[in-house]
Amino acid sequence: MKLVIGLDGQSSGDKALAFAKNLAACTKDCELIVIYVIEWSPFSFQTAEENAQRHKRREEEISIAMERVVNPAVASLTEAGLSARAMVRHGDVADTIDDIAHSEGASQIIVARTSAGGLTSRLFGSSTANLVMNARVPVTVVA
Amino acid sequence: MKKTYSIFLAFAAFVAIALPAHAQDPAQSLDARVNEAFANFTGPFVSFIFAPIPGTDFPWIVMWLVVGATVFTIYFAAVQFRFFGHAIGLVKGDYSDPNDAGEVSHFQALATALSGTVGLGNIAGVAVAVGIGGPGATFWMILAGLLGMASKFTECTLGVKYRNEYPDGTVSGGPMYYISKGFDELGLPGGKILAVLFSVFCILGALGGGNMFQANQAHVQITQITGEYPGWITGVIFAAVAFAVIVGGIKSIAKVTEKVVPFMGIMYVGAALIVLIVNYDMIGWAFGQIFAGAFTGLGVAGGFVGALIQGFKRAAFSNEAGVGSAAIAHSAVKTKEPITEGFVSLLEPLIDTVVICTMTALVIIISQQLIIDETTGNYMLNEAGTAIATVGDTGGVALTSAAFGSAISWFPFVLVIAVVLFAFSTMISWSYYGLKAWTYLFGEGKTTELIFKIIFCVFIVIGAAASLGPVIDFSDAAIFAMAVVNIFCLYFLMKVVRKELNSYSARLKSGEIKKFSH
Repeated sequence: MKLVIGLDGQSSGDKALAFAKNLAACTKDCELIVIYVIEWSPFSFQTAEENAQRHKRREEEISIAMERVVNPAVASLTEAGLSARAMVRHGDVADTIDDIAHSEGASQIIVARTSAGGLTSRLFGSSTANLVMNARVPVTVVA
Repeated sequence: MKKTYSIFLAFAAFVAIALPAHAQDPAQSLDARVNEAFANFTGPFVSFIFAPIPGTDFPWIVMWLVVGATVFTIYFAAVQFRFFGHAIGLVKGDYSDPNDAGEVSHFQALATALSGTVGLGNIAGVAVAVGIGGPGATFWMILAGLLGMASKFTECTLGVKYRNEYPDGTVSGGPMYYISKGFDELGLPGGKILAVLFSVFCILGALGGGNMFQANQAHVQITQITGEYPGWITGVIFAAVAFAVIVGGIKSIAKVTEKVVPFMGIMYVGAALIVLIVNYDMIGWAFGQIFAGAFTGLGVAGGFVGALIQGFKRAAFSNEAGVGSAAIAHSAVKTKEPITEGFVSLLEPLIDTVVICTMTALVIIISQQLIIDETTGNYMLNEAGTAIATVGDTGGVALTSAAFGSAISWFPFVLVIAVVLFAFSTMISWSYYGLKAWTYLFGEGKTTELIFKIIFCVFIVIGAAASLGPVIDFSDAAIFAMAVVNIFCLYFLMKVVRKELNSYSARLKSGEIKKFSH
């Protein structure tokens, strides 16, 4: 069985991680894929200077996310004797997690309930809400 | 703290250079003196660039641009029409590898390049073209836009192909790189010299059309609302904000501009559409004027040749096809196929000239700001006989403002904001183009970059203080001088692009290059 864990870099993500850890411990041969998605749109507007430095920035963003969010999570899972690997991607959070879970043949996506309020999430919904509504793989939302 | 202090010191030095006599002399005379000194200094350069072909009134530079665009259109067998649909697919991201997410997309490269070109050329430049060349100039402008798509395709493909990718992941590209590397690769002599020459003209273009013209017209537009006041005041304010962005690194201002400008562009086109819809019964008449004017001139100075010259000149100034500036902006895209950025870039003259410039022209024609002699049906000239007489004796951006204002009374206020933001975003784009040329000449480094940025800000003040005539002449001349070197080199390098085109289209046909499922 494969489980995809979507982290948001906040404490709520730790709850999702803990839930997945417990679930995996009860399951035989369970592989965990820990994902952090950096919100990014190919249709945003940037200055010429930002474009020229984009590749460098992207590499920096990925290495920071790996170092601070994903790698510690994978380390805690492997310490517990579980098989886990890390992924950092750019894109729309809900779409990207769904795409990876689908292409990896995962049986479940585990994410935290986002605490973000504000106008944006009222208008467009949070990433978790979008994932729940559109995912092609079952989603568990950890409160 | 140390950084803030050094930025402050640099800015103080810049103000001291820009306004040496301000304390002693009244402001008005400062404007006049700047204007006179500037006109005298740039006169010979401007005269050379706009020299007519012997025995005619036709400037050789206009012929140079048209011939270039036509040659590229024929050489690539009308690539701008054959690959138009494919270009849209690329911008939509149909062919983008999902693993490259987070890199510069085709859309972003196009949007960045557009924010450098869509601006005053579309608002003020078109008014100059139609005001001098009559409605017929619009026809030639559209034709130049369509042909220019092929020039843009050629230069932007080369821009990506020969860009420099540094170990830290940053990129630098543009004509100076493809000229020197491309000529070396083909075993042609003189690549380095031509690249240096291009860089010199690019710096002048950045200071002229990319800076002074913008500052000048932004000031004119602001005075429409506030009443007359000395231009250097606008110049100093603009320079201070530009300084904060390009020297101080205050990215938030640039970010706001980059996000607001596209909406301003959409709003501008929307307002133009409203004017056209309200006057829908006159659209047929307006196109009639455009076609009749294109071949007869309808009484404008210089007849139909006058209309043609104005149309081609202002189209080139607006969409910059063949100038080489866009190749700098497009070269940051993430793609394994340089030709794909060429396809995407050909949309630029279409959006800029064929759509937005035509909108402006139609609004000016339909609003009947240009005075027609009812007995002859021709346009009446002003007292000097150099341009068409207009209601309220306006020209440049003021003419566009009056045209919109006659249909939507409050729109001139919105136009002020649009012009200021367009001018500012164009300045930021051109400060980058100029900087790339500058660092190509003098090497990368904080001090060399700071020198250019200070010079750039000084020219904002000069541009706002000088009157339109000398500024527009110098701006045109500097930008067209870039095209002289760029198009000359493109003739030698276009076979490289054709090789890329043939290989890519064969793989596209065979199905080797296919869409990614998203």
